Amino acid sequence: MSDLASQTQPVKQADKQAVAAALREVLPPEAVLYDEEDVRPYECDGLSAYRKLPMIVVLPDTVAQVQHVMRVCNERKVPVVARGAGTGLSGGALPHPEGVLLSLAKFNRILEIDTANCIARVQPGVRNLAISQAVATNKLYYAPDPSSQIACSIGGNVAENAGGVHCLKYGLTVHNIQSLDVVTIDGELVKIGGNGLDSPGYDLLALMTGSEGMLGVIVEVTVKLLPQPEAVQLVLAAFDDIENAGNAVAQIIAAGIIPAGLEMMDNPAIRATEDFVHANYPVDAAGILLCEVDGTAEEVAEQIKRVEKVLGNCGATEIRKARDEQERLLFWSGRKAAFPAVGRISPDYYCIDGTIPRRSLAEVLAKIAVLSKEYGLRVPNVFHAGDGNLHPLILYDANHPGELERTEDLAGKILELCIAVGGTITGEHGVGVEKINQMCLQFDKAELTQFHAVKAAFDPQGLLNPGKAVPTLHRCAEFGAMHVHGGKLPHPDIPRF
Amino acid sequence: MADNDHTKEIQESVRTAAASGTALFVHGGNTKAFYGRAITGKSLDVRAHRGIVSYEPTELVVSARAGTPLTELEAALNECGQMLPFEPPHFGEAATLGGAVSCGLSGPARPYAGSVRDFVLGVVCVNGQGERLSFGGQVMKNVAGYDISRLMVGAMGTLGVLLEISLKVLPRPVHETTLALPMDAASAISTMNAWASQPLPVSASCYDGEVLRVRLSGSESGVRSAQQKIGGEQAQDGHAFWTDLRELQLPFFRNDAPLWRISVPATTPAPDNNEPWLLDWGGAQRWLVSARDARAIRKDASAAGGHAVLFRGGDRSGEVFHPLAPTLETIHRRLKEAFDPKGILNPGRLYKEW
Repeated sequence: MSDLASQTQPVKQADKQAVAAALREVLPPEAVLYDEEDVRPYECDGLSAYRKLPMIVVLPDTVAQVQHVMRVCNERKVPVVARGAGTGLSGGALPHPEGVLLSLAKFNRILEIDTANCIARVQPGVRNLAISQAVATNKLYYAPDPSSQIACSIGGNVAENAGGVHCLKYGLTVHNIQSLDVVTIDGELVKIGGNGLDSPGYDLLALMTGSEGMLGVIVEVTVKLLPQPEAVQLVLAAFDDIENAGNAVAQIIAAGIIPAGLEMMDNPAIRATEDFVHANYPVDAAGILLCEVDGTAEEVAEQIKRVEKVLGNCGATEIRKARDEQERLLFWSGRKAAFPAVGRISPDYYCIDGTIPRRSLAEVLAKIAVLSKEYGLRVPNVFHAGDGNLHPLILYDANHPGELERTEDLAGKILELCIAVGGTITGEHGVGVEKINQMCLQFDKAELTQFHAVKAAFDPQGLLNPGKAVPTLHRCAEFGAMHVHGGKLPHPDIPRF
Repeated sequence: MADNDHTKEIQESVRTAAASGTALFVHGGNTKAFYGRAITGKSLDVRAHRGIVSYEPTELVVSARAGTPLTELEAALNECGQMLPFEPPHFGEAATLGGAVSCGLSGPARPYAGSVRDFVLGVVCVNGQGERLSFGGQVMKNVAGYDISRLMVGAMGTLGVLLEISLKVLPRPVHETTLALPMDAASAISTMNAWASQPLPVSASCYDGEVLRVRLSGSESGVRSAQQKIGGEQAQDGHAFWTDLRELQLPFFRNDAPLWRISVPATTPAPDNNEPWLLDWGGAQRWLVSARDARAIRKDASAAGGHAVLFRGGDRSGEVFHPLAPTLETIHRRLKEAFDPKGILNPGRLYKEW
């Protein structure tokens, strides 16, 4: 289990009552919580294996209140952890025991919908799906659609650079936002990005996106809206060999087609979801591909024909075209419900978020299967096949002593495998506290030092979300003492074993 | 290709410069030397560090060294039916990938396909202390660490010397056509805005003061169907027009007066003065030829919620980029110090003071 305190700079234990009193100078009393029963609901985010009680929880509802919170914390050197809907899967919003947990739940208003410029100005606590719902009558939508889109909020999406099943064609959060209002650690409000397609100076919009609450607190987001496609068509293909399925993905792209969504599930994932949502998936298949094409009606008709041909040539054992919108949504329902479906067949599950070059898919899945046997833990896989983002789900039972530790160990092995084939430890969930050790494997000392320097440019005292996203060199030295980096052991001259 | 790997030499040059506090002028083919502020410094030419490092068409990813000529890179992609979707301007035969990424310029497809930063997946660079650093990677989705790859785009070489860049690439459209519709400026702006909110395969749109041109890209049937909805005449100069626009070779740009690039919301009303201007990017990028006072031009751009760049000509020793708000300026200075504590990488290229 992560020892958060060891990752952070030493923080002087601030006087809870004094900090609370300073916060209440501007915030109403009901927006400053510190009794244990009041702060307990904030002890974890979507990664519930990690829990900490925050010293204080604040629930501001104006930008001025957020600025006040930041000033109070900055003056008193109190850590600040921002939190949106709390659906994050990497512990990015895990509270700091000596810090303030800044909930943006009350920032839940859509401030402006500008259909002429195809943008919406929203507060960070607005749910991802609520944006698309609000502009649906204008035949517009917000493209990134993480599977948690019913619940997750846009501020958290920006903090993690959230993706979804349509990223290959429509990009990640970073591609779909235009500007941010950010409160800095010293309480200044800054606009990052602009009203046009670009802004002067460095691309701070890209830097803020995915920065996991380490650089500032987002209080407003201007998102780009896209016209709803005229036509959408989904094809489901079954394969009796996962390698064929992987090859089909490459061949679809080689044919010059960029599907709106291209998803893969392996047999254990198919079975789990089929039992849960009855999407009529072929439960005997080694893997299924869901390939969605969108565009003008003519374009979709033309491309879907070519997709079917490619799938047939690649050895698909069955190809089904969704007959209507209802069936299309049914086919998707399984994929989108993969996590809760897995939650039904196992007391606990642990979701991994590695990205790999697609060509390594068969190799990586085979190695995961070997590891799964070795650790005696089942691992169904769902895969954003189009963009190489793999979500192995390790099934475990936290009530069995040692099983969580084994799970974390296996997860670490799988992430190392992703790095070894040229991929990354996190495609869309973020590093948080969860993957902080693996950061030591993906980045060397100079790179980590550069990250810390970037952080210091925004937050010289290191108060924003301390201990997350970027490990200290000290931590890496401890973790990496026996680890292989870039194929080389550190200090290869030292005799071992 | 080992001969084309000059990582060590570039690191050494930066280290030497850092030790002596010598300002470097980092550059490739110098095709964009006119852009940004004019600076002096010891030349660090990265052109020898060149070549495509890896290209896997079915992964939609290419990695190339910064000195790779853009023409060489685009030819390799073209052979596999792919392209750089952001249509980088070249401004000359010698243009390199590193220069295109550092300047952060994108062509006519930008509002529809995305900008150069949207397609950058990873960079390898040398910071101001001569350290070789790798950020991002060769995969589409990667949120490990801060997004320093994209931060490098448009930084004009002030944060690091780019060694290698990985980009997402896309298939070339099967079919393309350009339509021409004569109309007045107000109608052109509202027409472009209306297209942007409809599911049409528009890949470029430009109004030159008389004619609105629109490029459609996609499958043949999709383009044909959109063509019927949009109307207008098929433009004979189709492909050449967009290339000339991208390269600023249209007659409009043949002018020695200062050229401004104004970036504003696409719905901003047409300017009512008599200066020559041209609308690109569906109205979001406006070119203005004007000798007017910079402050007046910037004031107009700011009022519209945008910014103005003195793109070419005029006083290159003053500020050519739009001034930053004070809090932002502080963050910029600190970031510059974080990457280049000695201030030796293209100092003053972006803003006068750093």
